[in-house]
Amino acid sequence: MPEDYLPLAFQEPDPFKMFQKDPGMVLLNDKPWNMEAQAHLLNDKVTPNKYMFIRNNGLIPDEINVSNWVVKIDGESAEQEKSYTLQDLKSKFKNYTYQLTLECGGNGRSEFNPPAKGNQWTIGAVSCAEWTGVRLRDVLEDVGIQPDAVYIAYHGADMHLSRNPNKESISRGAPMTKALQDETLLAFAMNGEDIPLAHGFPLRLVAGGWPASVSGKWIKGISIRNKVHDGEKMGGSSYRVPCETVAPGEKVADENMCIIESMPVKSLITYPKSGAMIDLGTPLKINGHAWAGEFEVGSMEYSIDFGSTWNLCNLQRPVNRLAWQHFDGTIIFPQKGYYEVWARATDSKGNRQPMVLPGWNPKGYLNNACHRIAVKVV
Amino acid sequence: MIRKPIHTYLAIAALVLISLGVIFLIIRDSGVETDDTMELIDNGVDDQNPIVDGIHVSTGLVEGEGLEEVVTNCTTCHSSKLIIQNRMGKEQWNATIRWMQETQGLWDLGEDQDIIVDYLTTNYPVFKKGRRAVLGDIEWYTLEGK
Repeated sequence: MPEDYLPLAFQEPDPFKMFQKDPGMVLLNDKPWNMEAQAHLLNDKVTPNKYMFIRNNGLIPDEINVSNWVVKIDGESAEQEKSYTLQDLKSKFKNYTYQLTLECGGNGRSEFNPPAKGNQWTIGAVSCAEWTGVRLRDVLEDVGIQPDAVYIAYHGADMHLSRNPNKESISRGAPMTKALQDETLLAFAMNGEDIPLAHGFPLRLVAGGWPASVSGKWIKGISIRNKVHDGEKMGGSSYRVPCETVAPGEKVADENMCIIESMPVKSLITYPKSGAMIDLGTPLKINGHAWAGEFEVGSMEYSIDFGSTWNLCNLQRPVNRLAWQHFDGTIIFPQKGYYEVWARATDSKGNRQPMVLPGWNPKGYLNNACHRIAVKVV
Repeated sequence: MIRKPIHTYLAIAALVLISLGVIFLIIRDSGVETDDTMELIDNGVDDQNPIVDGIHVSTGLVEGEGLEEVVTNCTTCHSSKLIIQNRMGKEQWNATIRWMQETQGLWDLGEDQDIIVDYLTTNYPVFKKGRRAVLGDIEWYTLEGK
């Protein structure tokens, strides 16, 4: 068997072993594979594979042959049709490495009321790994972009759940402005190694700060479109929210739905794990991460009295644009009792995380309500 | 515990017979089994896939009127985990089925549709969560000094 041929161990019944995930991860779905982290598992500054959520729409490709892997760039607004092997990409274009926050658009869906259909993500569908690849812009410019270009679309090698070869499981994309950003990569490595199978090996589009479904996996093609891409999961209620806010449970016509672009400001307390019991007088150190889609987090606060008073945390600047930021604080509790530590981030434009659920939408996207942990002082 | 109507037993008996038939065909034409026949054998309610304590072991679905129809029509394409974690009313389930038919290649369910939707809304009812739920399932532990 050639070295670069990857036979898939689908006989392996244990997805945690198959995908090298920590046993503390939570399996939401096994066809397709969907798995999320818990807050305390996300304490690393750079998320390792074992704690990275999996969100798949279709079936992982059965066979991946790296030496034959070709990416075709085409589309109405491409100057020409041009194909690149993985080696072409790696050697022809300059390589870049960025830490990029990827959050599922539906992270937090489980809290919506009335409930929203789909995988019931709690808080763990977010990661910030270090991605290495080439700039999508460099590749598109090598092909040639016509002036009427509006959107890029990705095409992956994953199979539709029905195994119908004529159906794509997901084919989304981004407007040209996002496609041409410095940090938008065609990535071939994650955390310094080959991208893990479940995360798009051997090639993934990575567009940090936007719903992670924009970051297509197992990339076989990119189309430069002269209109907003109309691929699978670009329409209906998929990754779209009402253009005008609606009452919970309200029906919304397709034409009144708008595509989600930047994700909203959000944060997670990753230490300590919820449920900590400490002695009165012992200071409690907390830390975590905050992110704000296309923007930066400007300030970070915590409250131990359900929002009556807020205290500032130390907040670090991002390593690079679109990387999550780290915060920490030290809490002295005034007396014994049950507490909740609530965390609230504010982005550089002044938008704050709400303490209650944000606006309802049919598919339960964009829940950026404050994260909180339970603490008992004894 | 609800007593099962006679046709449930008939259905189970029929499935066992069908399964035996499929196994016979597979043995006879060894090497020609398809994914679809494998699904039937894997998921059906029979001796290999029993119901224990009211749960269909191989899918995790609750025992109830309509379980067979759900297993046969739904879990061929997607995991039962996607069903179990969702809570919807009749209208929403019907809309979801319509969406699967329009975009995901689901077939016409005929009379099974009402049976399936009744099963889902009865066994997986919607519960009200409010604007923010109380923190639940807290595992308390002693935090040593950091």
